[in-house]
Amino acid sequence: MQSSALDESKVTLNYHHEAAGHHGHPDHRMFGVILFLIGDSMTFLGFFAAFLIYRTMMPVWPPEGTPELELLVPIINTIVLVSSSFVMHQGQTAIKRNDVSGLRLWFGITAAMGAVFLLGQGYEYFHSELGLTTNLFASCFYALTGFHGLHVTVGVLLILSVLWRSRSKEHYSSGSHFGVEAAEIYWHFVDVIWVILFILVYLL
Amino acid sequence: MSTSAEKIVTSTHDGQKAEHKQRKWQDYFTFNTDHKVIGIQYLVTAFLFYFVGGALAEVMRTELATPEPDLVQPEFYNQIMTMHGTIMLFLWIIPAGAAFANFLIPLMIGAEDMAFPRLNAVAYWMFPIGGILLMSSFFVGPAQAGWTSYPPLSLVASKWGQEIWILSILILGTSTILGSINFITTILKMRMPDMDIHSMPLFCWSMLATSGLILLGTPVLAAALILLSFDLIAGTSFFNPAGGGDPIVYQHMFWFYSHPAVYIMVLPFFGIISEVLPVHARKPIFGYRAIAYSSLAIAFLGLIVWAHHMFTSGTPGWLRMFFMATTMVIAVPTGIKVFSWTATIWGGKINLNSAMLFGVGFISLFLIGGLSGIMVASVPFDIHVHDTYFVVAHFHYVLFGGSVLALFAGIYHWFPKMTGRMLNETWGRIHFALTYIGFNLTFLPMHQLGIQGMNRRVALYDAQFQSVNMICTIGSYILAVSTLPFVVNVLWSVFKGEKAGRNPWRALTLEWQTSSPPAIENFEEEPVLWAGPYEYGVDTEMIDEDSSIEEMLAEVSAEAK
Repeated sequence: MQSSALDESKVTLNYHHEAAGHHGHPDHRMFGVILFLIGDSMTFLGFFAAFLIYRTMMPVWPPEGTPELELLVPIINTIVLVSSSFVMHQGQTAIKRNDVSGLRLWFGITAAMGAVFLLGQGYEYFHSELGLTTNLFASCFYALTGFHGLHVTVGVLLILSVLWRSRSKEHYSSGSHFGVEAAEIYWHFVDVIWVILFILVYLL
Repeated sequence: MSTSAEKIVTSTHDGQKAEHKQRKWQDYFTFNTDHKVIGIQYLVTAFLFYFVGGALAEVMRTELATPEPDLVQPEFYNQIMTMHGTIMLFLWIIPAGAAFANFLIPLMIGAEDMAFPRLNAVAYWMFPIGGILLMSSFFVGPAQAGWTSYPPLSLVASKWGQEIWILSILILGTSTILGSINFITTILKMRMPDMDIHSMPLFCWSMLATSGLILLGTPVLAAALILLSFDLIAGTSFFNPAGGGDPIVYQHMFWFYSHPAVYIMVLPFFGIISEVLPVHARKPIFGYRAIAYSSLAIAFLGLIVWAHHMFTSGTPGWLRMFFMATTMVIAVPTGIKVFSWTATIWGGKINLNSAMLFGVGFISLFLIGGLSGIMVASVPFDIHVHDTYFVVAHFHYVLFGGSVLALFAGIYHWFPKMTGRMLNETWGRIHFALTYIGFNLTFLPMHQLGIQGMNRRVALYDAQFQSVNMICTIGSYILAVSTLPFVVNVLWSVFKGEKAGRNPWRALTLEWQTSSPPAIENFEEEPVLWAGPYEYGVDTEMIDEDSSIEEMLAEVSAEAK
């Protein structure tokens, strides 16, 4: 940042190359990703608000006859997902040192942990006594966890695409690794949403 | 962040400026990433849908000329009523706002394009896809639960039409979210270095507020529609009381988006008016910051008023009081705008051309819509007129008298910039006169119908209302005819209109510094921020149109001394 003061005059003059353009223009992609995540968080806020309204408005919640949710698998899943955020951050730390193989290692582990989460959720769906249409609580359970699971799936795909692109050593470097950062911030977002969802649906 | 080394590399490109590319007509039919092409694509596509929505409105008005269902079956009436509302909101007004935003924002802030050009093109192409999908529901019987699609009605009527409706709104909503990400990033991050946020044109402020609302509101609508879709297809009962669900939850989620959507539909046009009035009144805008901040205030308040649509939905009394109060507070920032616009043209050297006529027409009609809005905001009055033609009159004064008139003001104002040719002034005035007369004839009497208790959204009505309904129907025919001079004018002027030159209105915002239509890279020479956006009142007669920016600058700074 120190050196950029020198170039301020050039920035003003080179309108064609600095204000917008193809090479070397200021990178606004992360700003866009954050805006997108603000929007996406509103979708979850909508779901959570609906869930909380049902919870407070209905005389009995969950409705009578709803079987208790098993907690073991979701707790393991929560531990896996939360720790995967820290694992993933190691990947970003690695690429900041220009260590592409480190990035691939940590992101590979993260993708595997995401897959474990999805398998765990599949196991839970498969063995649950709840059906999608059993009652309002069951519908909420599947809608919320399903929509979140969709986000985890997208996250795993993002991580896999980072791994695919990092086959060539030059694709990501310490100075240029937007794809890594975008995948990571998305993954943290999905993680935070899960913690809220877990508290709302399983614990409350 | 680019390093200084990268900057030096890029600056060496300066010498080898690319050859000027020429715009081809095919560009407008392909996946083009130029914001100006996308802006025109939005505007033309939206206008085509406006025809469909208008034709449906004429069928409805013709049916309503008599109390009996003699033209269409009541069920079909419900379907075209639903489609009319959905088309006009999601395929006409919202994309038309995006059209101006796409065309104007980068030019106004001196940028080469939007922040994410490819994302921008994706957002545009989702719009015709969503629109055509919506139209396709005519093959299976369109939705008939109104544009609000309240369950349980939407769960029992036209199942497949309803599902197509949901899918199409999800596509269109995603399109607007992607657009809003682009607008916010462009406005906040891409302004030319000299332009701070308080010297950017007010249209950019209004689009900033609009985009914020889209970003925060639309996802909640998506959530509601996904749950509605589950109810419809999978047999869940989120909103179905028969299975233990609660339709009121849908109403809350729907209006959390759809009341802000009203501001999404009108704020861009507030911005257009703030641009048009000072130019044609030759006066600085009155209260720049007041107008800018009031847009943000409207956006914020717009997020906490939604339940005023639900005063008759069993909303508890204390909640009704809260939403009544917040709704009425919105009249303050809106009033600030109306007074500022009036003060802007007050004592100005007004050039009453078509753009200005539509501009002042907007103020007068939006004022009526705003005042009836305060009336329906009050719980006792709203309980009386809820779901009557009073509400229909109110929102048409806001959305047609407000948004659409301002939209036409914008077209008359920026057509020379978009095409390089002027629109015919006489036909523009005829267009305005027919629109203004037709509009008021159609919608003013509806206030009376509503207070007398005529219900909206049904094909049948009590025979006592027939004579007033006939007036409305005749008015709607005038309104339909009013579009013809406009279409002819546009088609003729695009090819044969008088050449506009770069700045026919002698306006100060940056889009007028470039050629008309703008070069592909927007500005052939770097734009110079040589005045604030609204510093009119210098003797502009002195400024020769062909003089260079430096000469104009010299004249103005000499003036200042």
